[in-house]
Amino acid sequence: MATRVRQRRTGMAGAAVATVIGLTLTACGGAKVGDDSADPGGSGSSGKCGTFNLAVNPWVGYEADAAVVAYVAQHDLGCTVDKKDLKEEIAWQGFGTGEVDAVLENWGHDDLKKKYITQQKTAVAAGSTGNEGIIGWYVPPWLAKAHPDITDWKNLDKYAANFKTSESGGKGQLLDGDPSYVTNDEALVKNLKLDFKVVYAGSETALIQSFRKAEKNKEWVIGYFYEPQWFLSEVPLVKVELPAYMTGCDADAAKIACDYPVYDLDKIVSARFAKSGSPAYDLVKKFHWTNDDQNTVAKYIAVDKLSPDAAAKKWVEANRDKVDAWIK
Amino acid sequence: MAVALEKSAPLAGVRKVRRRTVAAAILVAWLLLFVVLRGQQTLTLAAADLTGLHRWFNDVNDSIGADRNSNPLFLYFFNEIRLVIDNLVTFIQHLISQPSAGRPLPQIGWLGVVAVVGYVSWAVGNWRVALLAVAGFTFLGLQGLWQESMDTLSLTLSAVFVALLFAIPLGVWAGLSDRVDRIVTPFLDFMQTMPTFVYLAPLTLFFLIGGASATIATVIYAAPPAIRITAHAIRSVPQATVEAAESLGATRRQALLKVLLPMSKRTVVMGVNQSIMAALAMVTIAALIDAPGLGKTVVQALQSLDVGTAFNAGLAIVVMAIVLDRVTTAASARAETARRSNHRLLGWRRPLLGAGAVVTVVLVYLSHTYLWAAEFPGDGGVGSSVASAADSATGWAQDDLSGLTNAFRDGVTNGLLNPFQSLLTDSPWWLVSVVLIALGAVLGGLRAGVTTAVCLGLLVGTGLWSDAMTTLASTLVATVLVMLLGVVLGVWMGRSPLVDRLLRPTLDAAQVMPPFVYLVPFLALFGATRFTAIVAAIVYAAPVAIKIVADGVRAVPETTVEAATSAGCNTWQIITKVQLPMSRGALTLATNQGLIYVLSMVVVGGLVGAGALGYDVVAGFSQGQLYGKGLAAGLAIVLLGVMFDRITQAAARRASA
Repeated sequence: MATRVRQRRTGMAGAAVATVIGLTLTACGGAKVGDDSADPGGSGSSGKCGTFNLAVNPWVGYEADAAVVAYVAQHDLGCTVDKKDLKEEIAWQGFGTGEVDAVLENWGHDDLKKKYITQQKTAVAAGSTGNEGIIGWYVPPWLAKAHPDITDWKNLDKYAANFKTSESGGKGQLLDGDPSYVTNDEALVKNLKLDFKVVYAGSETALIQSFRKAEKNKEWVIGYFYEPQWFLSEVPLVKVELPAYMTGCDADAAKIACDYPVYDLDKIVSARFAKSGSPAYDLVKKFHWTNDDQNTVAKYIAVDKLSPDAAAKKWVEANRDKVDAWIK
Repeated sequence: MAVALEKSAPLAGVRKVRRRTVAAAILVAWLLLFVVLRGQQTLTLAAADLTGLHRWFNDVNDSIGADRNSNPLFLYFFNEIRLVIDNLVTFIQHLISQPSAGRPLPQIGWLGVVAVVGYVSWAVGNWRVALLAVAGFTFLGLQGLWQESMDTLSLTLSAVFVALLFAIPLGVWAGLSDRVDRIVTPFLDFMQTMPTFVYLAPLTLFFLIGGASATIATVIYAAPPAIRITAHAIRSVPQATVEAAESLGATRRQALLKVLLPMSKRTVVMGVNQSIMAALAMVTIAALIDAPGLGKTVVQALQSLDVGTAFNAGLAIVVMAIVLDRVTTAASARAETARRSNHRLLGWRRPLLGAGAVVTVVLVYLSHTYLWAAEFPGDGGVGSSVASAADSATGWAQDDLSGLTNAFRDGVTNGLLNPFQSLLTDSPWWLVSVVLIALGAVLGGLRAGVTTAVCLGLLVGTGLWSDAMTTLASTLVATVLVMLLGVVLGVWMGRSPLVDRLLRPTLDAAQVMPPFVYLVPFLALFGATRFTAIVAAIVYAAPVAIKIVADGVRAVPETTVEAATSAGCNTWQIITKVQLPMSRGALTLATNQGLIYVLSMVVVGGLVGAGALGYDVVAGFSQGQLYGKGLAAGLAIVLLGVMFDRITQAAARRASA
């Protein structure tokens, strides 16, 4: 009995194997993996550039910078681009360990410059991106239209009661965003003697969602925002005038009572990368464009939902002359 | 005996009443003193201010970073660990997710992976979960997220593998020795309650950016449940069995290998299951240090507030979690089912398994060689319809519900949260401390009181007292709401198997869906407020409480309920007089777990306007000069967690005693 059962079992397994082999033989018509890997111009055809480690900080404007630089490095210079999604602090940390070659959009960050450029000497500045970073207080367009005088900070107290929320403890609410933003808002509110309280939304997402909702439902919101930013192409927020910036008026952080300076956004690369002679370094150094350029690519990504690569392709093909100047 | 019982019952009653009156008296005294002392000695600290401790943490962090390349500890210790783990991750990635060895595709394509997953599920579980696994993994491909899912799977597998390597021996040891257990427990508490954001940045300092750091971050979070459950499993083996083995002459080693381990296998597999679930919960957070996979998709979609895409990727995480959960659960039950099933079928199993293995190998080979079996066909159409459906659903909710939700938000905020918060933050710190210590001692006993005192002392030391009290207020309000939901839905589920079956998948999904996904719609509904953070915490914490309460209600003996019914009780009376009082133990456990889960969402709350400790932690992750403050905030969260865990557990022991 036992032997018969065993025979039947092996028979069954054998049948299964035979079926599968048959299946394999009939399925042989498909294309094989790696058949078409020898396309010219692909990665590896130019060994000169090698791998280019590009940090991508978490906002869409930066993603636009990174998409275009990566696209050009890959297609015009034959680099293998390794994009790494990181917050600023961690990206700078990577300069020393050789894991990050370049950061493309640095907003001030004097503390990081001091630590990594001056002290540890693992990073060097690689010049301006051409983008002007503007930080300030913004209101939704409907509000600026309904109360034109609101764009002057002197009139803000008049409207403070309208900006009250459940979070602001009886004062007007000034909404701040992501903790990695450069902000003097608490000092500003105090030194300008405004009847406002700074409330931390905690993320850019929360900030954008608040403005979006405010414009749609005609709600009262005033908050921190910045340019260049893709969201401004969806809702063109209006900037509130603060006392004009003058050199040195922000020297003492506790006594600041003036507007933010216009930031010259710049590029930082690792010291090792700067000396490597890689064509990608020259590209990063020469990369230069305007706020409008960046907003265009950022809009492709955030609003039109193109992949960063497709967005970069679209822009590069339309702006060949600008790109050629970077890779000459 | 009967006399003794009669005597002790009223005595216990008296003690309980007295305990309640004392607690009430403490609260009244607090309110009176609050009116007099309001606004004094509140220990507030502005957002940009630092204390000496915070600066010291910064200096330590900087000096580690500065001599990273010369310190032998790095060169010969951390770098070696990193290398091993990095190789493990890359190996699995090359196998299933990333192009490798000059090929444009991984070694095993989708057909091979689906075949292996199906075969393994069948071998360790049964054909029903195998079917579920195959369907689930195919769905991932249809969503257009095959590669991302495989990256996530690689990371999860390597993290769980590494975690188990340590967790099982450690768990066995803790199960055998009370002393080891006592030493290990605080570390496990620490690992589970310390917000991930706090150690994410330092981990990249030690183990560099990428797969290794992400895996280690995941291991830290995923190992504790496996250790605890393994220890519990070893402890639950009946003492008599072990003694019998020893009396038959088995050595300690034999007793362990032949008796303890085999008998606790089932529970240990549940530990593996919990480890996997914890690892999947880390997927989105690890994406912040460049961990590949679905988390990246979620985080990137969030930057442009693309709810649909984020939801699609979140759904993939849920599907993967459900498949892995059901397969491991089936695996833990298999040993018993196999014993019970009849022998004829058992005889067939071996050759069938052999044949299945051959089929699997052939499919793996096909997926290695041919394009159609390697690259998932189609354009992910299901994914885009999921995304657009999620978009229109949230759009509808945002437009049509926001009037309603705003009223609700303002009601809870003004009626409950604000008074409570001002009571905690505006009272002098020493008054709050005295009240909390006294409450801890009254509810949990002397030892709980001492623990509370130590925790509060350390909390003052972190320099973040005021922020901690703000967080505490939101946490307690959230826990109250969680328990409200827990009791209502838990009782309903406990009384009706149909409701249970309908609700359970939703609860599972709510626990596994990354919170980042629902932040955007919640922000639209409730704005950037503390209340949004509370709602997010409820979504995550309520399922646990509901499940525990439901189990407690179901455990009430059928005969007791029948007796009450025949005595003329109506449904309401049965619930309030019989089922709830008899599941008091489950209720306290649900409160305990609800609180811990709410606390673990504090950081996520910081992203949507809750401020306080959550914001401090996020800020520490984002800005170098706030690093030390973020670390202190993380410690404060741990301290709050330990304090409440000890009080509620002691109270639970007293309640059931």
